[in-house]
Amino acid sequence: MKRFTLIIVFLLGVTFSSAQDCDKTLTGKVIDFHDGVPLKGAKITFNDQMIVTDTEGNYTITNLCAISYAFTVSHEDCNSQVVTINIEEVTSKNFYLEHHLNELEEVNVDGDKPNKTSSSQEETINKNVIEKYSSGSLGDALREITGVSSLNTGSTIVKPIIQGLNGSRVLIMNNGVRMQDMEWGDEHAPNVDINTAGNVTVVKGAGALRYGGDAIGGVIVMEPSKSPVKDTLIGKTVLTGASNGRGGAISSEIIRGYENGWFVKAQGTVKRFGDVEAPDYILSNTGVFEKGISASFGVNKFTYGWDVYYSFYNNEIGVLAASHIGNVDDLIESINSQEPAIIRDFTYDIENPRQEVTHHLGRLRYFKRFEKLGKWTTQYDFQRNERLEFDVRQSEELRKIPGIDLELTTHTITSDFKIDANSEYVLDFGVMLRYQENFADPATGVRRLIPDYDKYDAGVFLTGEYDLNDNMVIDAGIRYDFNQIDAQKFYQKTRWNERRYDVDFNDLIIEDFGTQWLTNPKLEYHNISATTGLNYSFKEVYNLRFNYALAQRAPNPSELFSDGLHHSAARVELGDLRADQETSHKISLSLQKSSDTWGWEIAPYVNIINDYILLEPTGIELSLRGAFPVWEYRQTNAQLLGLDAKVYVQWHNNWKTNHSFSIVKGKETENDIPLINMPAPNINNSITFQKKEWLGLSASLESQYHFRQNEFPSNIDVFSVRQGENVLLEINTPPPAYHLLNANIDVELPLWKQNSLKMGVTINNIINENYRNYLNRQRYFADDVGRNFLLRLIFNY
Amino acid sequence: MNTCKFLSMLTIASILFFSCSDDDDAPSVINPEELITTMTITLTSGNNTIILKSFDEDGVDGPTAPVVTVSGNLAANTTYSGEIVLQDESVSPADIVNEEIEREADEHQFFFESSGDLNITTSYADTERDYNEGGSVTNPVGIKFELVTTDASTGTFTVTLRHKLKKPNDGTLSDAGGDTDIAQSFPITIE
Repeated sequence: MKRFTLIIVFLLGVTFSSAQDCDKTLTGKVIDFHDGVPLKGAKITFNDQMIVTDTEGNYTITNLCAISYAFTVSHEDCNSQVVTINIEEVTSKNFYLEHHLNELEEVNVDGDKPNKTSSSQEETINKNVIEKYSSGSLGDALREITGVSSLNTGSTIVKPIIQGLNGSRVLIMNNGVRMQDMEWGDEHAPNVDINTAGNVTVVKGAGALRYGGDAIGGVIVMEPSKSPVKDTLIGKTVLTGASNGRGGAISSEIIRGYENGWFVKAQGTVKRFGDVEAPDYILSNTGVFEKGISASFGVNKFTYGWDVYYSFYNNEIGVLAASHIGNVDDLIESINSQEPAIIRDFTYDIENPRQEVTHHLGRLRYFKRFEKLGKWTTQYDFQRNERLEFDVRQSEELRKIPGIDLELTTHTITSDFKIDANSEYVLDFGVMLRYQENFADPATGVRRLIPDYDKYDAGVFLTGEYDLNDNMVIDAGIRYDFNQIDAQKFYQKTRWNERRYDVDFNDLIIEDFGTQWLTNPKLEYHNISATTGLNYSFKEVYNLRFNYALAQRAPNPSELFSDGLHHSAARVELGDLRADQETSHKISLSLQKSSDTWGWEIAPYVNIINDYILLEPTGIELSLRGAFPVWEYRQTNAQLLGLDAKVYVQWHNNWKTNHSFSIVKGKETENDIPLINMPAPNINNSITFQKKEWLGLSASLESQYHFRQNEFPSNIDVFSVRQGENVLLEINTPPPAYHLLNANIDVELPLWKQNSLKMGVTINNIINENYRNYLNRQRYFADDVGRNFLLRLIFNY
Repeated sequence: MNTCKFLSMLTIASILFFSCSDDDDAPSVINPEELITTMTITLTSGNNTIILKSFDEDGVDGPTAPVVTVSGNLAANTTYSGEIVLQDESVSPADIVNEEIEREADEHQFFFESSGDLNITTSYADTERDYNEGGSVTNPVGIKFELVTTDASTGTFTVTLRHKLKKPNDGTLSDAGGDTDIAQSFPITIE
């Protein structure tokens, strides 16, 4: 059919060409559809001419007539594409090729970036960025994206924040599977190895309904690097060494592809770091030992395909020794002392307090393409997440037993049908069924923070995209989700009455255990989400996106059931059985210009969240162990107003600068109180020197300025047993602003045949600045990490 | 062909999926291992006994604040010998927590502080060796201590128990570090 179009266009082209001036030029790039990497050596043929892209994927075609042409764009490993362009209207065009034939998707020739949604704010990090963060975490790498920050516990537990929101409001799609890894806890980082991803896209907001309806913050989509459909064996090894933490990481992957569509892939990573260092002292017990392996095999044909994927992830993470505190007096002491109470010699050993998390993920997927209709995909996935948290408990024997021992098992079936045969519209309809079971091991000898529960989820969605004309795409979607959570939870009778549950929920009690009630809360939620938006390209270099998204999120187990002392945080956390779902209305706009010499993007948004669930310090509770801060979940109407902006300028062939700024202001709408844990504004400026002739040299210097967060909820008065009086606990006061300088140099050495060796050096925090970050939960106890030299070797073979 | 294979896999998967859902075993109750509900300090001078007691019925997890009682006023210019008993009274019979502290005496120590104008001084009356054969003969534990009063005065007397601390230490909490198991103040009058 395409050939037919080609012939017609060709004939028409020839017919009209005689009457035109043939002095037009078409320029642009050929880019890998999946990871945005420019493709060098791509061939563009039309009539009897052939143009080849340069090392940066650029092409220029001169002496074109003001008519429509049919260009055939091809590259090794890629499917050839035929694109017709009217040269009268268009002078620059980027071609996106499907470099990886795994999914045999249609090639995107819109001239936009590859998208998960058409109208949401989105950004993708490619494999170069992922390689740079090979020894770090997903959250570290994502901070490269404007508007993405992180909630840290030290430097190794990094939770991504998208436009001010984190935790259950951010979905993580790992290789097509929605991660179920107890994302509800502030000190629970995503259980993924960043090296499994070939690219990572962040959708800011709930516009990507196919992944879930509750992404009030956004969706992080990790996609693997894909295997070409040809007889090939390719591999990659990334070796990283770091001075700070005196450790490193090694990650390898190997892909075997066959002409007939079969493929086998395997990947593995090991990371080992000892204690990291702040400029003035060692941050004792901050080592990590991470291991990950994954493997997949399957068949990809044009008409059908299936694959089996399994990944295993295990991470042992030390938690700063000084951050383990007893009661509010210890906390006051830590805040006042400015230096961690425990500083020991450097070691690789990881002692209590520490976390040990394991994540198993298995997936079976099948797809079939129906001629002139679309593609049906069905998938089953299985996940088991095990979390052990060891604390500095009273006795040697107890220290060997974890204080938290949870096992979360999830089974999910998803199926969707995408109708994409018509070039003007795409419709996607899907269903999801999920069963989840949480088991809290009683062997801990500590009351369960999260109870045993069974959870059932079901969802259906319909999304559509319609091309109004060449420049404008509109999209819309709707999704319904049902959640039921059936928990078996023990409440202390005193707590039950203090929360006044005896008034509302006595019918939930199923058994009396002396000082505790066993209860059986069964909670159900019906959630509706919807989105609509448009994507408009104009004057060749401008792109406007507008999106409205409605999203509802049911409260997570932590928000509902937390009750008691959270040992690792030394605070009493209280959930709320009465919690209702959150409803978010988000309007986002993005206007961008991208030309060869310069470009910019400005992206404002407003997110109005009704019944926003927040966790904040409210007071103290006294016990024989002293006073403990109480953190309560509370619902309020909130509003987040923010702006992400960036500019790049190509000053000269070799010199480029990038500038970005992001700010978000969150407050409660009724009484104008600032929301807790909102990221402070930050400005990033970087200058890059690139010269391909010098072994592909790329050198950059980056400046990051983090403002102080001046908007924060008020501190609380607490009773200090030691001082015998009420004192102000500065638990919310943010630390001062800080400035970091980072540098990075990369070169590439061609070895024999297609093999290459890339070398990179990164220096973080060059000036060894002492700083503390408002969004680091250990800011009360110690400075953040100091200078760090990283050396990277990347072999492609 | 492949569709069949896949559909059969899917069927197996769905059987798995739905068969897991019937799992209604009631979870077992947890009585926290580290719970200390009661601290009783007996101060004895001859026939005169004063009891300082703090009772926290629901521990750290619970909302109820400890109930603090002092049986009487201390006499001026008197030497009292003190002894501390820790119990978990949430279980029956009550668990004597002292045993655990004695067993790991090298990892535990009590600290005594007074505030206001309270005229008392304290000193340790035990060492780790009293509880364990291999224990240090110089490092105190504080289960037994001596309390000396001088002139009449009022103020608070605070008792702190720490574990995983620095030993030996200079007798102050800031030098000792470690983790707090107990921190309780008592209002005291010397007359």
